[in-house]
Amino acid sequence: MRSNLSFFSDEKFRSIFFQTLVIGIFALGIYLIVQTTGHNLEKRNIATGWRFLSDPAGFDISFSPFIDFKSTDTHLDVYFVGIFNTLLVSFCGCIAATILGFLIGIVRLSSNWLLSRVAYVYVEFTRNVPLLLQIILWYSILIQLPRIKQALELMDMFFISNRGIYSPRPIFENGFSFVFIAFILALISSFILRKWSKKRQDETGKQFPVALTALGLLIIVPLVLFFILGSPLSFDFPALKGFNFKGGMVIRPEFIAMFLALTIYTAAFISETVRSGILSVTKGQREASSSLGLKKSWIMRLVIIPQALRVIIPPLTSQYLNLTKNSSLGIAVGYADLVHGFGGISLNQTGQAIECMVIVMATYLTISLIISAFMNIYNKSIQFKEK
Amino acid sequence: MKKLLSILAVSVFAFSANAGTLDDVKNRGFLKCGVTTGLAGFAAPDDSGEWTGLDADMCRAVAVAVFGDRSKVEFITTTGKSRFPTLASGEVDMLARNTTWTISRDVNLGFEFVGVNFYDGQGFMIPSSLGVSSATELDGATVCIQTGTTTELNLADFFRLNGLSYEALPIETNDEGKENLFAGRCDVYTTDASGLSSTRAAAADPSKWLVLPEIISKEPLGPLVRHGDHQWGDVVRWSLNAMIIAEELGVTSENVDASKSSNIPEVLRLLGVEGSYGEMLELSSDWAYQIIKQIGNYSESYEANVGPDTPLEIGRGLNALWTQGGILYAPPFR
Repeated sequence: MRSNLSFFSDEKFRSIFFQTLVIGIFALGIYLIVQTTGHNLEKRNIATGWRFLSDPAGFDISFSPFIDFKSTDTHLDVYFVGIFNTLLVSFCGCIAATILGFLIGIVRLSSNWLLSRVAYVYVEFTRNVPLLLQIILWYSILIQLPRIKQALELMDMFFISNRGIYSPRPIFENGFSFVFIAFILALISSFILRKWSKKRQDETGKQFPVALTALGLLIIVPLVLFFILGSPLSFDFPALKGFNFKGGMVIRPEFIAMFLALTIYTAAFISETVRSGILSVTKGQREASSSLGLKKSWIMRLVIIPQALRVIIPPLTSQYLNLTKNSSLGIAVGYADLVHGFGGISLNQTGQAIECMVIVMATYLTISLIISAFMNIYNKSIQFKEK
Repeated sequence: MKKLLSILAVSVFAFSANAGTLDDVKNRGFLKCGVTTGLAGFAAPDDSGEWTGLDADMCRAVAVAVFGDRSKVEFITTTGKSRFPTLASGEVDMLARNTTWTISRDVNLGFEFVGVNFYDGQGFMIPSSLGVSSATELDGATVCIQTGTTTELNLADFFRLNGLSYEALPIETNDEGKENLFAGRCDVYTTDASGLSSTRAAAADPSKWLVLPEIISKEPLGPLVRHGDHQWGDVVRWSLNAMIIAEELGVTSENVDASKSSNIPEVLRLLGVEGSYGEMLELSSDWAYQIIKQIGNYSESYEANVGPDTPLEIGRGLNALWTQGGILYAPPFR
């Protein structure tokens, strides 16, 4: 006779049963939270819904390099301004942190005692001090720069003050698009050249100076065209008028503080990742390539780095994610990112806390997943190809 | 399973159950009052760590009404942004946090403003060295502005209306605004005129700073409670009104004992000698007497915290009684 118990002794049934149970309890928990929240909001007469997204914001955002934002625009526009600003500082930060992190990681392994010690102190200091403090520190330093009327000036073109760094803004005139197209074409032909030369080297062993040729293509072709077309480019210079500089381009101290702090903080972690990656390549690889007579710089570039990258990329991905999420600290210095603008000001002006937070969280989740996806694709492309 | 579920559901809902706030406060033994993070004259800790100011007095008045003891308050600091969630979640029983009464806050956010304890308006403060004498000359200026406030919206409206451009520098607290203004990161700081006076008083050399004459908005500041608990709303509303009525009737903390034998009926009603108004509010009969005795009437609180003899030097202006050219007016005590 089969008793009920025998079901439980069936491993497959048991595992399905408990998994269903856990998911069920989880779903119940979520359901209760949503129900209770809705119930409480209703009881406190707090209006809910998404209608507020199309209401005019009523406030101004000054830092919006991509969208021309006015106070009559909607809260949805505030959201887009926030996304662009978050992506801007995250993108710049990731690139700079990667470059700085690789440099520091390699320097840290250098046989030069002083250099490696400096790198060591840098890493230990920056990664052990909370990021928020570093952001505030950079901002405090930046607002101690000269006031706008006493701005430091460089060649009458660049002005440095505590309201930002002002520089001339390029104005592209008729015909400049041809120069741009020429540059793109040069870029494409460089890639083709690289592929061709690699193929030739594989087949015949002959080398071709790809880097030099590509550089020549990229600079000379657009430049020649530029002069043929009669220099279709002019500059708008910043000039002090009234309270502020008018014209030109400006990089705000809020952005600089965020950028510096994020870059310097994350670079410390990246440098450790890079160091561990390089150290993971066995000594035998280095010795073998030396005995083949390869130059020192070639050993690094052709043997060590490609193998180290396999170890570096996965943790590097999570550093990119960290940097992007950490950019939400922009609120500390008034950097108009997603959390500050939409998740802060809009939330507060409309009182739609839950709606705003859900949107902001979903957005960060989406950005993070996209970064992960790209990094995973890259990671796959550099893994060992089993033949 | 069904039983378990209902127990679970009940226990979750129990957190949200709104017992009367007055009973909650009485059971707890002290009042939780949300105030600013520090705005001299309104709510700021003094040298001995004691919270003082017009808003702090408002909190104390309610504590006195409930407990007869001005010390039974816990002051909880809130920023412009955290104040509403703090109140809505029940973390504080009331806000006295120079908060502007607007329709959206009153209706959409589910709060109830119980009155006005300071009539304010938004102004601009600039370094006097700028040589600007009117807000309409501020074209192109960088303006420090506290985010999440009504002033932020007024600012955008004012500049749009006058066809002027400006750059907003968003800040979170009054201290941050001060720091940025004093460092020259912004040219102008805008907030309620009372807040500007407070900021100016805190400057190293106040004469170097100028508050421009334009007042660009109405900012009736007052205490607020959660919507729907009318009993509690009444307690806070009448604590404020009691102070205003006391001024009207000339009852002060000094003459309050003598006033108990006054021959003016409204004074007797206010002090609990006649009638049973305390009972109606579920408070002791001498609740208003205690407020006046321990805190003072509105005028006393005003003069001690923000009046012309304080560093803020704010004249009564709109905040004078309706009988003296202002608009301060409380319904009759009967």
